[in-house]
Amino acid sequence: MGRVEGKVAIVTGGGSAGMGRVTSLLLASEGAKVVVGDINEAGAKDTAEQINAAGGEAVALHHDVASEEGWAEIIKLALDTYGRLDILDNNAAMFIAKPLMETTTEEFRRQNQVNVDGVFFGMKAAIPAMELTGGGAIVNISSGAGIVGFSAAGAYSSSKGAVRLMTKSMALECAQRKNNIRVNSIHPGPILTPMLEQGMDDLGGGDEVRGMFEGMAPIGHLGEPLDIANGVLYLASEESKYVTGAELAIDGGFIAQ
Amino acid sequence: MPRVENKIALVTGAGSGLGRSSALRLAEEGARVVVTDLNVEGGAETVKQITAAGGDAFFLQHNVAEEEQWLSVLAEVEKRYGQLDILVNNAGVFLVKPIATTSLEEFRWQNSINVEGVFLGIKYGIELMEKSGGGSIVNISSIAGLVGTAVSPAYCGSKGAVRLLTKGCAMECAQKKNKIRINSIHPGGMLTPMLEEGMEALGGGDKVRKGFENMAPIGHLGEALDIANGVVYLASEEAKYITGAELVIDGGITAA
Repeated sequence: MGRVEGKVAIVTGGGSAGMGRVTSLLLASEGAKVVVGDINEAGAKDTAEQINAAGGEAVALHHDVASEEGWAEIIKLALDTYGRLDILDNNAAMFIAKPLMETTTEEFRRQNQVNVDGVFFGMKAAIPAMELTGGGAIVNISSGAGIVGFSAAGAYSSSKGAVRLMTKSMALECAQRKNNIRVNSIHPGPILTPMLEQGMDDLGGGDEVRGMFEGMAPIGHLGEPLDIANGVLYLASEESKYVTGAELAIDGGFIAQ
Repeated sequence: MPRVENKIALVTGAGSGLGRSSALRLAEEGARVVVTDLNVEGGAETVKQITAAGGDAFFLQHNVAEEEQWLSVLAEVEKRYGQLDILVNNAGVFLVKPIATTSLEEFRWQNSINVEGVFLGIKYGIELMEKSGGGSIVNISSIAGLVGTAVSPAYCGSKGAVRLLTKGCAMECAQKKNKIRINSIHPGGMLTPMLEEGMEALGGGDKVRKGFENMAPIGHLGEALDIANGVVYLASEEAKYITGAELVIDGGITAA
């Protein structure tokens, strides 16, 4: 039996060839039905097709996490298609690789709309749906940069710090409501994804920039999306039923130093 | 496929509570388990439960505070299996006493098990793991290693030491590129014989128990299996990019 057998999951940012897609595939291979959202609709469809081709169940839709209406739509799709919602992986994010001094107000706000508002809207929309069937698990993808500062991307760091503490507050709120919903955050270190590759390009690219990211992890190399997907699976499954408001660093030792 | 198939695991304090549950879960997921404990009967019972379920385990009596015993236990593991992949430093003692009435002897005794036991396990565990190219060490700290608790400050001191010993050794292993990952788990109030004894030491009864239950925002105590599942995750290849990290399993206590 799969580790999340029969559960219904929403994964945002599930259309990119990064953490979202790999997490969608892993949850599906462990028995979950997956609703894949992404602003890149073709990518989301591709992920869902891969799941269906492998014998799993998935649907895809265009979904902008920064739009509250978009959230109503994806929750409705999950409930209409599969009758319940058990797991929400708030994975969609953007990474502005710029020092704060060079970040415009517009960029700062845009980043927070996606990384912070998106998580807020997602939790707020998903919790009532999860309460209908007696509980669930929310996993918010923060970052190692949500725990320690990051001079190459200060606005990103601040948005991920917000995700970290929004997670804890919502976990406590759910505990108070006794709604059986757990809320936790994951803090990836440098993971080789399209988002990181783009960030490295924005910082000038080349071996030197890549070496900087590899060197961030004491373990000496970049992680892969599957490392994060396995953390999501653990936190989404009943194995972690006593874990809430916690932060799971998957970072090759980055924040341990 | 089982999650720790064919790995060799050593679990200390595996004669009861978190240790027994971790040993059982690791065995269920395909590991061969060396069960160690001071308590011979408890250890034998754990082995019995593993073998009854079709798993593979054997028991060695082991005082984790004794350097000589670590050497002989690990020599026996090497002789039998030729390798060690997973070490769970779980054995611990819980001194429930205000610092004002804790004697230096008690303080040292607790540290000899909770801190020196982990130090010895890591030190000699790494040596054996390196021979077969890597491994994973999971140290059981506590939420009392993250925040203070008035009922057991010396315990806090010992568990705080485990937290940073973990990170320090994780960094050392990363530098050595020996492919050994080291992480800590921080249980909250878990219903184990150790906690039951602690509650008795505080006077016992419903009021004391309610106090522990209410520590967790989630409103109840955890069970040993919750920790065992964290151990399996950190011990497995699923966690291959996790080192120097702390996994908190506490029903939300330290989120507030």
